[in-house]
Amino acid sequence: MTAPLLEVCHLRVEFPTRHATLVALDDVSFEIAPGEILGVVGESGAGKSLTGASIIGLLDPPGRVAAGEIRFDGRRIDNLPYEEMRKIRGRHIGAIFQDPLTSLNPLYTVGRQLVETIQTHLSVSADEARRRAIGLLKETGIPAAEQRIDQYPHQFSGGMRQRVVIALALAAEPKLIVADEPTTALDVSIQAQIISLLKRLCHEHGAAVMLVTHDMGVIAETCDRVAVMYAGRVVEIGPVHDVIHSPAHPYTVGLMGSIPAMDEDRDRLLQIDGAMPRLTAIPAGCAFNPRCPKVFARCRVERPDLMPAQATQAACWLHAADMKAAA
Amino acid sequence: MSAVMKAPLVEVRDLAKTFDVSPPWLNRVVERKGRQFVHAVDGVSFAIERGKTLALVGESGCGKSTVARLLVGLYAPTRGHVRFDGTETTATLRSGSRSALALRRRMQMIFQDPYASLNPRWKVADIVGEPLKEHGLVQAGGDGKTRSVRAADLKTHVAELLRSVGLAPADAEKFPHQFSGGQRQRISIARALATSPEFLVCDEPTSALDVSVQAQVLNIMKDLQRKQGLTYLFISHNLAVVRHVSDQVGVMYLGRLVELADKAELFARPRHPYTRMLLDAIPDIHMSGRARTPVQGEVPNPLNPPAGCSFHPRCPHANERCKIERPALLNIKGVQVACHAVEEGRI
Repeated sequence: MTAPLLEVCHLRVEFPTRHATLVALDDVSFEIAPGEILGVVGESGAGKSLTGASIIGLLDPPGRVAAGEIRFDGRRIDNLPYEEMRKIRGRHIGAIFQDPLTSLNPLYTVGRQLVETIQTHLSVSADEARRRAIGLLKETGIPAAEQRIDQYPHQFSGGMRQRVVIALALAAEPKLIVADEPTTALDVSIQAQIISLLKRLCHEHGAAVMLVTHDMGVIAETCDRVAVMYAGRVVEIGPVHDVIHSPAHPYTVGLMGSIPAMDEDRDRLLQIDGAMPRLTAIPAGCAFNPRCPKVFARCRVERPDLMPAQATQAACWLHAADMKAAA
Repeated sequence: MSAVMKAPLVEVRDLAKTFDVSPPWLNRVVERKGRQFVHAVDGVSFAIERGKTLALVGESGCGKSTVARLLVGLYAPTRGHVRFDGTETTATLRSGSRSALALRRRMQMIFQDPYASLNPRWKVADIVGEPLKEHGLVQAGGDGKTRSVRAADLKTHVAELLRSVGLAPADAEKFPHQFSGGQRQRISIARALATSPEFLVCDEPTSALDVSVQAQVLNIMKDLQRKQGLTYLFISHNLAVVRHVSDQVGVMYLGRLVELADKAELFARPRHPYTRMLLDAIPDIHMSGRARTPVQGEVPNPLNPPAGCSFHPRCPHANERCKIERPALLNIKGVQVACHAVEEGRI
């Protein structure tokens, strides 16, 4: 077994406010192996984007990593000074964000942005950088790359812009790419193109991907493993196939049931009543207990950690060893 | 069932809306640019039966939201007719008479963004009660039979509406910011239901919501339809949601309907190459490993749509005829399809 590329251990992210300190991420742990695609899924406010932002060192102040650590390639990166982190970001860890229009500079041609990225991280001549930039644009499926490299972002459509962003993320041959909702702003037919492109290119370049999304379908098509987040914690993590077909955590069960399926007819969708708690009012014990159909006394008092459950790992007392012994 | 009952509640014939997006006069003169028009909706026809749901699907810019706005009279059509329960709506709504108000009462709209569609300064009771006041349904001597409500009963009526969408009567005293996205969307539904409409136009009602909340809202909409016999026009880009809620599905591409069929038929045997492509593009959550045609190309610029069939540059079955002649929506084996290849039996 190879050493993991990225290790996130007991990560805790806090936002100090005037009234109280909000704990946005609490005890989040997972690993990504080299070349692996890990999906992170959850509803708005679950903390999935924040996890991505912590890894690339782009937490918005006053947010801060309060405890735990992030290790990349064996080196601790969560406490690096800003300048040190800048050298890693882009070079070793690439990023793709949701809105391709805001992640590109509207005043520079895409070529200039690509060349700048390449020259910042790799010591190559300007001609070589431009040649590489054209190569990257071709690789991401942009037709007439030689001409389009000198165009501005507004001259590209949404799908084409996201291809440029992917080219930018891959420019310095990073080992890990953090992709935060890369297809959410795109139409379904373009989404399919971008997802297959991302998957193919990361495979070819040997880059691992952390894919943050709320779309379970995208996860199913793309990822090797998936982590399900709820109220700032990972509630279930495991191989994609197992999480989708035999989810162990009641929240994952509810989430899967609430997605309208394309291949079966149901009159009503399974629904999880209520809504995700606010950060100011996270319930004691398991954060999901007020909405959980299988809640029992222990859930309201004691907080579960990830424990082996069927084929995955779930943070749920239903899967505690002593529960199984009793059953 | 009598013939009257079977007549469709909403009938749309050859509906079109053109927007003038020309540069200002001075630019046209100085830069010698011509006028420019976007044919947002270009000859759409369909009918919705009472108590049924027609869903319109398509990608951004295909004109589905414009159809919704044309139907409720937020836009005036450039061409074509909308008939609601036998009356021509365009002329009636524009007249501004009492009959326009009566017609508006019977059709309401639910918007996509529950953060933008509720007035943040109003209490929920005012938001939900406003349509009743606006339509003069709050009267001193109102009775339960004619939809009017006695002023004293307004509070109970609002409570009743809130309860029907799964909110508590006490929520009437709160402001919109105190609710989550899903709850806000329920408030919009309660507001739309206030005048006891027969027809609801829902423009992407769940696309701003998380999946578990989307499930709650879709379930409420289905329950209300069953209880009150509502008719829906449901606009969405999400085919899985459409498959869940609709009876009939219309697929739009660049302002035109390319396929219109019963839900079961459309999803089991999609005819139009664009419908097939859309269905293939949906990420498969069950990982069945089915063969998929890779999706090609992007939606062309609506300012300058391709000649002939507007889908031909992306279509794997296109031939010379498709490049020149625009296909009409024809009834082929019980399904309405606008495609030369299907008509000729090539696919």
